[in-house]
Amino acid sequence: MDREKILKKYEPTRENLLYILHDIQNSKEEKYLSEDDLVAVSKYLKVSRSEVMGVATFYTMFSVKKRGHHIVRVCVSPPCQLMGSDTVFNYLKKTLGVKEGETTDDNMFTLETSSCLGVCAVAPAMMIDDDMYGNLTPEKIDEIITKYREKKNG
Amino acid sequence: MKLEDLKKIREKMEKETSLREGKGRIKAVVGMGTCGIAAGAREVLSALLDEISKRNLTDIVITQSGCRGLCDREPIVDVYEEGKEMITYGNLTPEKARRIVAEHFVNGNIVKDLLVSSK
Amino acid sequence: MAKIYNLLLCAGASCISSGGYSFRDKLVEELKKHKLEGMVNIVETGCVGICELGPVVIVYPDGVFYKKLKPEDAKDIVEEHLLKGRVVQRLLYKEKDSEKIVQQAAQIPFFQKQLKIVLRNCGIIDPESLEEYIGKDGYSALAKVLTEMSPEDVIKEIKDSGLRGRGGAGFPTGLKWELVRNSKGDEKYVVCNADEGDPGAFMDRSVLEGDPFSVIEAMTIAGYAVGAKQGYVYVRAEYPLAIKRLKSAIKKAYDENLLGKNIFGKGLDFDLEIRVGAGAFVCGEETALMHSIEGQRGTPSPKPPFPADKGLFGKPTLINNVETYANICQIILKGSKWFSSIGTEKSKGTKVFALAGEINNTGLVEVPMGTTLREMVYEIGGGLPNNKKFKAAQIGGPSGGCIPAEFIDTPLDYESVKKLGTIIGSGGLIIMSEDTCMVDLAKYFLEFTQDESCGKCPPCRIGTKKMLEILERISKGRAKEEELDLLIHLGEQICKTSLCGLGQTAPNPVLSTIRYFKDEYLEHINEKKCRAGICFKKKK
Repeated sequence: MDREKILKKYEPTRENLLYILHDIQNSKEEKYLSEDDLVAVSKYLKVSRSEVMGVATFYTMFSVKKRGHHIVRVCVSPPCQLMGSDTVFNYLKKTLGVKEGETTDDNMFTLETSSCLGVCAVAPAMMIDDDMYGNLTPEKIDEIITKYREKKNG
Repeated sequence: MKLEDLKKIREKMEKETSLREGKGRIKAVVGMGTCGIAAGAREVLSALLDEISKRNLTDIVITQSGCRGLCDREPIVDVYEEGKEMITYGNLTPEKARRIVAEHFVNGNIVKDLLVSSK
Repeated sequence: MAKIYNLLLCAGASCISSGGYSFRDKLVEELKKHKLEGMVNIVETGCVGICELGPVVIVYPDGVFYKKLKPEDAKDIVEEHLLKGRVVQRLLYKEKDSEKIVQQAAQIPFFQKQLKIVLRNCGIIDPESLEEYIGKDGYSALAKVLTEMSPEDVIKEIKDSGLRGRGGAGFPTGLKWELVRNSKGDEKYVVCNADEGDPGAFMDRSVLEGDPFSVIEAMTIAGYAVGAKQGYVYVRAEYPLAIKRLKSAIKKAYDENLLGKNIFGKGLDFDLEIRVGAGAFVCGEETALMHSIEGQRGTPSPKPPFPADKGLFGKPTLINNVETYANICQIILKGSKWFSSIGTEKSKGTKVFALAGEINNTGLVEVPMGTTLREMVYEIGGGLPNNKKFKAAQIGGPSGGCIPAEFIDTPLDYESVKKLGTIIGSGGLIIMSEDTCMVDLAKYFLEFTQDESCGKCPPCRIGTKKMLEILERISKGRAKEEELDLLIHLGEQICKTSLCGLGQTAPNPVLSTIRYFKDEYLEHINEKKCRAGICFKKKK
């Protein structure tokens, strides 16, 4: 869906700002909000550009930098840390060949950290887009990452 | 919905949950909270459905539910059978789910090694 | 032969290796001999998992299970069972010890000790089925409220029950409802705080995923009681499944006119919408949450004015968390007397705890207020793995503190826990063994709150950063002893001067671990020693 269609879905009131930003960001391959997007939203809602920028940069789930197709968010909250999320995170860094906040060369994944994902009983956990994965081990991570890559190639 | 409808639905559900009037001899409830799904409940659910359709079993109802709290034993499946106490299976995999269909649903033998028990 | 048979032949590696295929070949031969090929389907399945009994075959539609088959058995199965309909007894799989009592889930201490009010339907009903919810007395509470009770009656019932907010602060719920009801204004709002951000707590997610209608019904009752026509549920974006289930439940409620205009034909109007966050822990604070609903940055504002006077869009607003709402319908149905008979003198009802960390049974448990920590750890939780020694429990997430082993018999209720210098908070309970370093733990939590600080007020923004720097120096063995006093002093000041709950409670994990494990801090400082073996390991 293009940006204009997304905007039209919502009444032009300030309270729809978060929904609009979510929708625009999700509609884009690079999963981010561009300068143009923010300007368009600001015009549509009649809210100043700095205010829109302020919201877009306040919440960790919005990005104003280009990202990969899939956002990998590793939970680094204390319950997961106790259960070994450091190992998981380091393994992902190695496997994907990126540091925190970076995107893989093929633009498939962006690696991020997240506060508690609320699945502490299956810690350590991570989320890829809207899907949750728990009880992570290096083997399981390989399996999951392979699945995503195969989906793309197949 | 009117107030009178509430009572009607309740009566209908009472009958159905007692299984007698319902479609199933056995009802299996798969815990599909996020923790369950993260631990592989979706794969377990599809294995159950697949095994049941492969075997043409028409008297088994599979439904989903939220989290029952015993998250580290997820994926969990509760089995309700007429006149019997509920049984809970835990730490399931698709293969184990298929075993439950074969051994429990078809042959009536509870799969003891898959039961949730105290550690 | 009257019916068509399906023969399910296990073609798992194990059955094949024990002769599954030679049995199959013989079976095909026998079927041909009796001209039954068209009537019988042979289906090869994956491993059925009882490999020691292979090869096995299951005959449908009868569902008969034959085990340890040899090629010569094919003849009997075809001639006896398929042709004559007689089960071949000698090949039948029977359970050897069927008389043995099977341990039922309900008999496990994990479930035995629990009393489920909030989680009563979670894991029992299909969360997307309104009918199943109604089958479990769903919407009976709203029906009762609309036919028998005035808004004042509802508020009195909630007040009498002694229910207190389950989100952290423990403010009496009925009183909050009354404040909003008495607040002047035509337009009022009812808000549900489902921005469950505390690391280690996930009961709200579980309720929304497992029993969304119970929250919708309770919010409708709240709307009636306080005089609000519009409600919002603010859910964090990290919970996509909860959002999906709640959306589906709201739609179904609208379809059946359980939301919208003139509910049950009783003249009650109530609309409900979902608002989704975007990853900001501070939005769990009520004023920040309301700003986020309005489409602003989720930063808190000073109180007063309280939401009950000036909340969402500047109107009187009732805001409760998910677990609190999940209690409401049961209180209405069973009465305040029933509810207040559960729990302790000042803490009524149950509390859901999220058990995590080094414990055998992790998960969600709902127990009467006043259940001791010992019962939680050893009976419900099943003890620590490998019989490790219990060292402490972190309760209340990053806003709470720890309860050390010597207080394991403390009843978990608002007052008793407060006496130990911590709070029940949202109910996260992280169990720790001797392998956990308390300095390290405090550092983890402070890193978290420091990172999540919205930056609006200096005590929280700068203070937590300074505290974290000292903690880091301690964990590296570079701190001086007097810095420990500075840490305490700084912590106390941040508690007193921060704008919102995040900052006011951020130093708690540090202060509480210093209170009970000062020795460990001193060991780090003076002896460069970490008894759990965590802190100085990394230097190698």
